[in-house]
Amino acid sequence: MASVAASGRPLLPPLVTRLLVIAAGVALWEGAARLGWINAFTAPAPSAIWSGFGKILSEGVLGYSMVVTFVTAFGAAACGSVVGIAIGYFLHIWKPAGAAYTAWVAAAASAPLVLLYPLFLVIIGRNMWTTLVMGAIGCIPPIALKTKEGLDGVRPVLLNVGRAFNLTSKQQFWMIMFPAALPSIFTGIRIGLLFAILNVIGIEFLISVGGLGQLIATLGDRFDYPQMYAGIFFVILVSVAFFWIIERLEQWLLSST
Amino acid sequence: MASVEYVGARRTALWTPGRLRIAGAVALLALWEAAGLSGLFFRDLLPSTWRILQAMGDLLTSREFYTHVGVTVAEILIAFAIGTVLGTAAGLILGISRRTGDIFEPFIHYLAPTPKIVFLPILLVLFGVGMGSKIALGAISSFFPMALNIAAGVRQVSPVLLRVGRTFSLSRWQTIRMIYLPALVPPIASGLRIGLGVSIVGCLLSEYKLARAGLGFLAGQYGDQFAIAHMLAVLIFIFVLAVLGNAVIERLVRLPGPDTRRAK
Repeated sequence: MASVAASGRPLLPPLVTRLLVIAAGVALWEGAARLGWINAFTAPAPSAIWSGFGKILSEGVLGYSMVVTFVTAFGAAACGSVVGIAIGYFLHIWKPAGAAYTAWVAAAASAPLVLLYPLFLVIIGRNMWTTLVMGAIGCIPPIALKTKEGLDGVRPVLLNVGRAFNLTSKQQFWMIMFPAALPSIFTGIRIGLLFAILNVIGIEFLISVGGLGQLIATLGDRFDYPQMYAGIFFVILVSVAFFWIIERLEQWLLSST
Repeated sequence: MASVEYVGARRTALWTPGRLRIAGAVALLALWEAAGLSGLFFRDLLPSTWRILQAMGDLLTSREFYTHVGVTVAEILIAFAIGTVLGTAAGLILGISRRTGDIFEPFIHYLAPTPKIVFLPILLVLFGVGMGSKIALGAISSFFPMALNIAAGVRQVSPVLLRVGRTFSLSRWQTIRMIYLPALVPPIASGLRIGLGVSIVGCLLSEYKLARAGLGFLAGQYGDQFAIAHMLAVLIFIFVLAVLGNAVIERLVRLPGPDTRRAK
């Protein structure tokens, strides 16, 4: 921000300035912890967090926890996608049902469904299945809505072309409607996958079962703050990287369709 | 052909959206009752709707319940207010100053979808197990949608309006108050709606994890005691609270202020 030339153009590109801001923040935190300005027990210095990161990495728990979280989240998103696409198709194909229930699905998409986890905890039990079901439930509504939106938005001229070629209803769906609705369906799956990741990590943390969420909860319970901070920063980094990849993948898919 | 059309018309008339909604609600309730009576689940795991209603009656007539409601509502309102004010300020700064936006907005953009609940251990250390940690998590949750919506909205403000403002020699504060804020009603509305939802989730999830009072704490306690009807009654109350909150926001953002009319 300060690095601005007289012409008004910034001296440094935004990415470099961003990295400098992060470096300055880390240096300030390190200095404050070392000088005793902040409580180094509850807010350990970045160097202590870095060595904590090394410890959980060498114990192998970090990699294992990440695999567990991602397998659960992708499993949940896959189940949620199948159910969500089926619901979206049903709402599209049977117009009265679409008119009656789309508002319900939209309400479910904005409802805090994750708060229902105690119900599933008592029905399913304190295990990975609760996490998987909560992840799947979170991603069904957006996928259903986006599927219906995509199918509703197929241009009539494309459907007329299909009819002109005497396509059966099955061919009409797979050769015309589904490819035309794919960008919207993929947007739904992207949103659903994000919801699945959020729900899975959240439920892992709350019921202390599973991957990265449980790891943070356990380290917090042990008052091992450097390792706990390392775990939290790792979850943030993984989420950011995941979001970035999904965003790029969606852009690539949309540009290629 | 005529008879086919007649049958088709009758079928359409039979399944009106209103009737389908009633049929859907009845089917869901019937499914719930049937699942409870099927013997597939442990006894009392899926209590009948009548027992849930009785439990709701118990809660609504108990004074202790309102203490929990008060704690949760206070946490949500304070968290939402803090998150909204900070998010609005950050969104305005990021949107108005392009350089600041270029540098800092990616941080907010990529941090927004991270699971905020993982910050809870830090917040518990900093603010304790009382209301402070719940308010902090709710505020962090509602900050992001507000900041991102406002920043995107500021960038869409018509340059013509800004030029008019400059012609009238408006100060920066006057430009924000008289041009940006009225033009930002749709993104503010969207930010408030999402912000309230996530701050409810943030506060209640942290109550589920570790708390001494609040609806999340109460639902968790009933779950631990296997008082499922009471737990479900609390969960239904939480959902009604969320829906009411959304309705209030919806109504508030529909009220046009005098500045909106002036800007238009």
